[in-house]
Amino acid sequence: MNQHTIIWKQTIPGGCHWSGIIRRGTTLRLTDAGGGANAAVLLFNQEEKLERYNMADTLKSQHTFRLTKGHACHSDMGRIFCCITADTAGWHDTVCGLSDDALIRRKYGEARYQEHRNQMHRSGLSGMLIELGKWGLDMRDVVANINFFSKVTSDAFGELTYHPDHSKAGDYIDLSFVMNTLVVLSAAPHPLDTKKTYQPGAISLEVFNTPPDAIKECLHIDENSRALQNAQNFYGEGTL
Amino acid sequence: MNAAKLPVNHFDPAQAAVNEICPAGEPWVHLIKQGQTFRIVDLEGNQAVDTLFYNAHDTQERYSATDTITRQNHLYLTTGSKLYSNLGNVMLFITADTCGRHDTLGGACAAESNTVRYALEKFPMHSCRDNFLHALAHHPLCQQLDMSKRDLPGNINFFMNVPVTEAGRLEFTDGVSAPGKYVEMRAEMDVVVLISNCPQLNNPCNAYNPTPIRLLIWD
Repeated sequence: MNQHTIIWKQTIPGGCHWSGIIRRGTTLRLTDAGGGANAAVLLFNQEEKLERYNMADTLKSQHTFRLTKGHACHSDMGRIFCCITADTAGWHDTVCGLSDDALIRRKYGEARYQEHRNQMHRSGLSGMLIELGKWGLDMRDVVANINFFSKVTSDAFGELTYHPDHSKAGDYIDLSFVMNTLVVLSAAPHPLDTKKTYQPGAISLEVFNTPPDAIKECLHIDENSRALQNAQNFYGEGTL
Repeated sequence: MNAAKLPVNHFDPAQAAVNEICPAGEPWVHLIKQGQTFRIVDLEGNQAVDTLFYNAHDTQERYSATDTITRQNHLYLTTGSKLYSNLGNVMLFITADTCGRHDTLGGACAAESNTVRYALEKFPMHSCRDNFLHALAHHPLCQQLDMSKRDLPGNINFFMNVPVTEAGRLEFTDGVSAPGKYVEMRAEMDVVVLISNCPQLNNPCNAYNPTPIRLLIWD
C-alpha cells in the first residue's frame, strides 16, 4: 500500500483551503491527519468548468446515500471524475453542504485575523469561494459538495444524525481520477460538527500514479461503466 | 400523517390569481410575490415535479437542497418545511401538503445522466434539464435574468419518494402521491419558480406515464 512513488504531497491545516488540477491516471490520497477532520470537496472538468460534481447523479446512479470504496464521483454530464479505490473510514457525506461564516460565528464565536493571525476561524463556504475565485468561478458554481471523513445518517423519518469523530487519525481515501479535474477543497468544520470549540483537523494530500486495475472494483456497477465510457469518449479514446 | 392533522384548505381555486395546467413533459415559469401562496396539484398521481426557485431580484440567490436539509436536520419536505436559499434565507414555507413527503436529493434527469442510469442509446429522450434549458433560453422572465446551465443547482422533486435507509441505501420506490394530491407553499420573498414537469419514461416511479399538473397562485 505504501510503495507508491509520490508525485507531490502537501498538508492543508484545519480550516484552510486548497485547489488544483489532478490529472487522469493519477490518484489523490486524502488523509485525516489527526482524526475528526472534514474535507469539503467540489470537482470540475478542467477543460469545461460548467461540468461539475453532481450529488444527485452520484447517489442515484449507485443507489447510495454514503460514499465509500467501490463508488465513483459523477459529473452532471454523465461522466465520472474519479473512482474511490481505497477507503479506511467507510462513510463520506455528500448531502449536508458547507459551513458558512454566520454558522461558524454562532457556534464558535468571532476569531478575526487581527487578534488570531492564521488561527482565525474560517468557514467552508468562504474557503470554497476564495479557491473558486482563483479559477474564475463563483457562488453560482457552489453545488452540493462531498464532505470526506464525515458521517451523517438518516432514520426512517429523514431525521439526520451526525457521528462525531467518525474518522480516526490516519484514515485515508484514494480518489483515482479518469478525467483532468479541478479539485477545490476546504478543511473547515462540517456544518453539523458537534464540537464545542473550533478545532478543524488537517488534511494531507498525496498524488501518485494510479496502480493498474485499481478502478476495476468501481466498474462492477453498470452505471459507472457507462459513465467511464462517456469519459473516455470525451477524450476521444477507446481505452484508458 | 394523520389526516385529521392536515391543515384545513381555505384557498378557493375560483379566487386564484393564476390557475394553469402544465402539460406532461413541459417546463413552466412564473413569478411568485412575497406573501402569495403557490399550489402544485398532482392531477393524475405520482408525477414528479422538478422545481427550482430563484430570488426574483438577484438570481445568484437560489434554492439550496443542502441548506434546506442541513438547517432543518431533515431529508424530506412536507408541511412546516422551510425552503432555504444558498444564502441561508427562507424562500418559501410549505403550508399544506396532502401527499406527505417530497424529495430533494434525487435531482433532475438529463440526456447525459439517462445514458448512465439506463442505457447509452437513451441520449435523445426528452429530459428535465432540457426543459430547464429550454425555459432559460425562451421564457421572457428567464431571458431577462440571463441565466445558463451554471444556474441550475439541485432541485426539489415534488411528489417523489426517495427513501434513505439508516445503512445508507438510497431507494426509488413507488410514489406516495395519488390523483388530486397537492402541496402548497407561501413565498417569503419574491421568487421565480422554474418547473420541469418530468418527462422521464425509463423510471417505474411514475408508472412510465408522465401526466399534467395544475399550478395555482393566490394573493
